[in-house]
Amino acid sequence: MSETAIQAAAETPPASPMRGYWRSVFARLGRDPITLCFAVVVLAIVLAALAAPLIAPFDPYQQSIIGRLKPPGWRGHPLGTDELGRDLLSRLLYGGRISLLMGLAPVLIATLIGGTLGMIGGFAGRLANTAIMRTMDVFYAFPSVLLAVAISGAMGGGIGNGILSLSLVFTPAMCRIAETASAQVKHLDYIEAARASGASAARILRHHVLGNVLGPVLIYASSLVSVSILLASGLSFLGLGVQPPEPDWGLMLSTLRQSLYVDPLGCALPGIAIFTTSVCFNLLSDGVRRAMDVRA
Amino acid sequence: MSATPMSTALADPRDRGGPAQPMLIARGLRRYFRLKGRGQAVRAVDDVSFTVFKGETLGVVGESGCGKSTLARLLLHLLVPQAGEMVFDGDLVGAARGIGIAALRQQVQMVFQDSAASLNPRMPVRDSIAFGPLAAGQSRAAARQTAEALLQQVGLRPDLFGPRYPHELSGGQKQRVNIARALALGPRMVILDEAVSALDKSVEAQVLNLLRDLKRRLNLTYLFISHDLNVVRYISERVLVMYLGQVVELGPATAVFAAPRHPYTRALLASRLSMDADRRTLEPPLQGDPPSPIDAPSGCRFRTRCPCAEAVCASRAPPLGHWEDRASHIAACHMATQGSGHTLAGAG
Repeated sequence: MSETAIQAAAETPPASPMRGYWRSVFARLGRDPITLCFAVVVLAIVLAALAAPLIAPFDPYQQSIIGRLKPPGWRGHPLGTDELGRDLLSRLLYGGRISLLMGLAPVLIATLIGGTLGMIGGFAGRLANTAIMRTMDVFYAFPSVLLAVAISGAMGGGIGNGILSLSLVFTPAMCRIAETASAQVKHLDYIEAARASGASAARILRHHVLGNVLGPVLIYASSLVSVSILLASGLSFLGLGVQPPEPDWGLMLSTLRQSLYVDPLGCALPGIAIFTTSVCFNLLSDGVRRAMDVRA
Repeated sequence: MSATPMSTALADPRDRGGPAQPMLIARGLRRYFRLKGRGQAVRAVDDVSFTVFKGETLGVVGESGCGKSTLARLLLHLLVPQAGEMVFDGDLVGAARGIGIAALRQQVQMVFQDSAASLNPRMPVRDSIAFGPLAAGQSRAAARQTAEALLQQVGLRPDLFGPRYPHELSGGQKQRVNIARALALGPRMVILDEAVSALDKSVEAQVLNLLRDLKRRLNLTYLFISHDLNVVRYISERVLVMYLGQVVELGPATAVFAAPRHPYTRALLASRLSMDADRRTLEPPLQGDPPSPIDAPSGCRFRTRCPCAEAVCASRAPPLGHWEDRASHIAACHMATQGSGHTLAGAG
């Protein structure tokens, strides 16, 4: 090889297969201003939730008998108060912490467990595939809400158990999606070539299968975030998830719902928060998936 | 490339002596695909035996669906043969004292037909080539150097083509990358499964010349699978003709092309296109599709399409004949066997 060839190659950096790939993904993301906007919104929501103690104007638990369901601006409450006279903005900020946790943690856990199992199930032989997928089918057979309620009910309320039960609800669907994507590439020639080169199954999965599974799994995961927030609020509503004085968007939505005719704005606010979060997550992941497609 | 120590215990079973130990001996390879629900099986490869000598190119020809690609996958154990054995350079493949599958795959590599499907679309081609060496335990830097040296060898500038993705390359360039990938582990033998069939004629010629060039430089042995007789004639020293999962003719390329002994080979040759009016053949081309390999005809499998079929062809399967050495020219046809009962026996 000539000296110039080595030097020219050194300018295009990728040393490991995966890093080079991700570098190009981020480069493409940088050229997509709309996706970047959504990324900024998501980041703002997350930061606001994290910084709630610093920026919240009031104590989110401070009740007031005379200041219930007041409009924005009343006595310095920027977004008004809820049915117990607590400051809505503060509760939204604090509620973001729990809602984002309940929205993201189960999806993350389900993506990791379900995605990995599905990828292995799709790639492995018939026996492993049957073992994994039939187990998933058992969970799949229950309506998701019923399953979440049943698990939370059996294990008791609380945030931890709520996350656990929601993870169990999301895992089978995630597994199925990963399995389909994995099985699709299993018989392609480049997988055969990789096998022929003597690579271990783990290495083939990591380098050749993962990239194909990640796209559909990411899209589905992002759509699950909003579902997860709402399901968590449903659990809270039944007294199985977040317990009442605790601020949570879903819980706020279900309690403020009763005063819809008195204070429509106050009722809409947690809904707007959930809606904005889920839409931004969706569109962000859509952009990421597009950036991950090297043919774009 | 580490040289395989010659095992004296497992010397060439045909015992022709001399240094010319065959690279690969396949004996009685068989692979049926069971059909779901029905008790039948597709006999994709049915009792196939042949020998590949060191440094030669053995061409394998036959119609679509005759088992060529299955055979290629059996040789690499990408599909596990249901019967038969393989001897690679004197070592029984898969036996306790022979050569393991992993070691075999270090020495025998494959180039696939579909140049696009055989490269990961999400990987720069340089990384696709470096994948095998990395998996074999080379360091990242070493694997990358191997990849770039190979790109150079197959005629692609490493700095220009290495970082590209498969969709940014033409079909011919992709197939060059596939060849480089197959060579990345330093194999002694390469199976080319319709490696040039999907390319334009002009590109095909370039890739064929590249293959010839590489073979000479790297001292390779090729198993060249193709349905294109002209290409096989150009590149092969010996030719193996397959029909419905079986070998019907085997011999030196010159002999097979000049004097085919099996009617199927004759028909294949007759179906070739020629630009030369003087060389056009008057023999009729083959009629229809090959019969289903699920319930292949009794006796000789070709008899349903053979112009010379007689009663004996339906009752008995013709033996391939006695194979002696690389100059042997044998055919599985009653007409090629004296005293077989066919009226034209010995005439063909």
